[in-house]
Amino acid sequence: MDKNDLKKIKKNIYEFPKSGKMRVPGRIFISEDLFVDDKALDQVKNVAQLPGILKYSIGLTDMHVGYGFPIGGVAAFDIKKGIICPGGIGYDINCSVRLLKTNLTKEDILKKQKEVVEGLYRKIPSGVGRGSPFQINYKELDSLLKGGAKYMVEKGYGIKRDYLYSEEEGCMKDADPSKVSKKAKMRGIGQIGTIGAGNHFLEVQFVEKVFDKKIAKDFGLKVGQVVVMIHCGSRGLGHQVASDYIKLMEEKYGYDGLPDRELINAPIKSKLGKDYFEAMSATANFAFANKQLITHWVREELTNLYGNNTKVEVLYDVCHNIAKIEEYTVDGKKVKVCVHRKGATRSYGKGRKEIPKEYRNSGQPVLIPGSMGTASYVLVGQKKSEEITFGSTVHGAGRVMSRSLAMKNISGSKIKKDLEGLGIKVGSGSEKGLAQEAPEVYKDIDEVVKIVDELGISKKVARMKPLVVIKG
Amino acid sequence: MRFKFFPHTADIKFRSYGETLEEAFENSAYALFSSICEDKVKEKKNVKISVSGNDLSSLLYNFLEELLFLVDSKDFLLSKIKGLKINKKSFKLNCEATGDSGKNYEVYSHIKAVTYNEMFIRKVKDKWIIQIVLDV
Repeated sequence: MDKNDLKKIKKNIYEFPKSGKMRVPGRIFISEDLFVDDKALDQVKNVAQLPGILKYSIGLTDMHVGYGFPIGGVAAFDIKKGIICPGGIGYDINCSVRLLKTNLTKEDILKKQKEVVEGLYRKIPSGVGRGSPFQINYKELDSLLKGGAKYMVEKGYGIKRDYLYSEEEGCMKDADPSKVSKKAKMRGIGQIGTIGAGNHFLEVQFVEKVFDKKIAKDFGLKVGQVVVMIHCGSRGLGHQVASDYIKLMEEKYGYDGLPDRELINAPIKSKLGKDYFEAMSATANFAFANKQLITHWVREELTNLYGNNTKVEVLYDVCHNIAKIEEYTVDGKKVKVCVHRKGATRSYGKGRKEIPKEYRNSGQPVLIPGSMGTASYVLVGQKKSEEITFGSTVHGAGRVMSRSLAMKNISGSKIKKDLEGLGIKVGSGSEKGLAQEAPEVYKDIDEVVKIVDELGISKKVARMKPLVVIKG
Repeated sequence: MRFKFFPHTADIKFRSYGETLEEAFENSAYALFSSICEDKVKEKKNVKISVSGNDLSSLLYNFLEELLFLVDSKDFLLSKIKGLKINKKSFKLNCEATGDSGKNYEVYSHIKAVTYNEMFIRKVKDKWIIQIVLDV
């Protein structure tokens, strides 16, 4: 399979027709100029073979190869006849992004850039080697898995508004902590409030450009304003939950007849399917709680540096790796579906009750982290996404270069120097880690965002540039 | 050569080699840890490892996953694998892992999970070759 086999439907939309065991066609939302991995295209085709899949198997603009599903993959399954697939959600369940808006300006940060990078780096641990000072027992962990961000706020780490301005209000209601193994809990219990390494980061950014003044105002954003972006997930707990259920599903259902062992799945209606959904929901809550604690620490540190009048509010919080039960019109009929978003963001248009009231006339905020040192975006969800991509849009730039190649060809210390030349201060545990996430290993974020804007599945609101980068 | 890394767009891919299956398994553990930390890790702690699987692939998966579990839950970094034994009929593995606490070293990457993506365990002539893709 390669890009030339795709049939052009219209600008930026390509299809590969049903063939072989595919139950539905594949749809790729991409421009002619953007790189697509052949293997990622094969993965879209593999997903199209899964039972109960509706309309088409989707690859979004930032797609690249994953395991099972591609990253940037979306698929919706019929709630009665369909399956749920851990490989369609990812090992980092609820890898997600939260954006905090502040009343600080770019100049405020530039005046104390060194103190900000050092203060935040000290305050927010990466994980391995730098564990979390936040310690709880297993009983409390169960309450956290049940309550998500709300649990943290009730314990004094934040304010009510923080979780109300999050997807699912920071808590998936189907969470059942008893469906999460002891092993997963052991991996996660010491990691609450940690960012982790890889592509995860915390950035202090400033709003460089506003594309839509009215919506930016609704979201509380203006040029020069400082925002803080937190990108992290459910850490070792989520990885173990994914592994555990992949094994359980393999034992129960096997992988004969599947195009790829990583697409192991269970019927949504089955006991195991439900168990996974409840464990995944609890894991998603772990990620919400994780970002809530980090939010609290950011607030403390910025208040410490800039005084008591410093305001740090949650703009929004979106999931990137998740399955949700949602309703869509398919073939003229309303149906409940289980949408898998793997490296994709929900993108609801205006009027939806799931969106906080303050934003309801605009649409859901969509937060797109760029790669280190490049721009990040705030977009707004559109009704069009509900028609063509099961309410989804991209989640980032998408990789084009391997980590091993990056480490061979790019020097971490040079990146640090380059970024500092651009006025960006970096706090990082390791220079090698920096090389793996260098800006040049990703697709061009500006191009990716331009295409989803043209497609009309989400619209540009504001672009941010980093001032301070904290990496694990 | 104990192991070698190969390009993979999003994740980490490596092959490990051995005269015996045991040696290839051992080298896959070293490859895993070299993608987490490059420092020479001291032998300060001992952990006994005992895992089983349904076939060789799942035994390998479970072995490496157990090591990742130790990284997250005990902040453990591997120095050496000792006395690794595999029962090829019952798919059971036993060994001792020695290492140290992660806080004493520069850790540059976290591995999320071992995957079955492109995994193989093959005997080519007299050598065993294992291929693994790690989710990062």
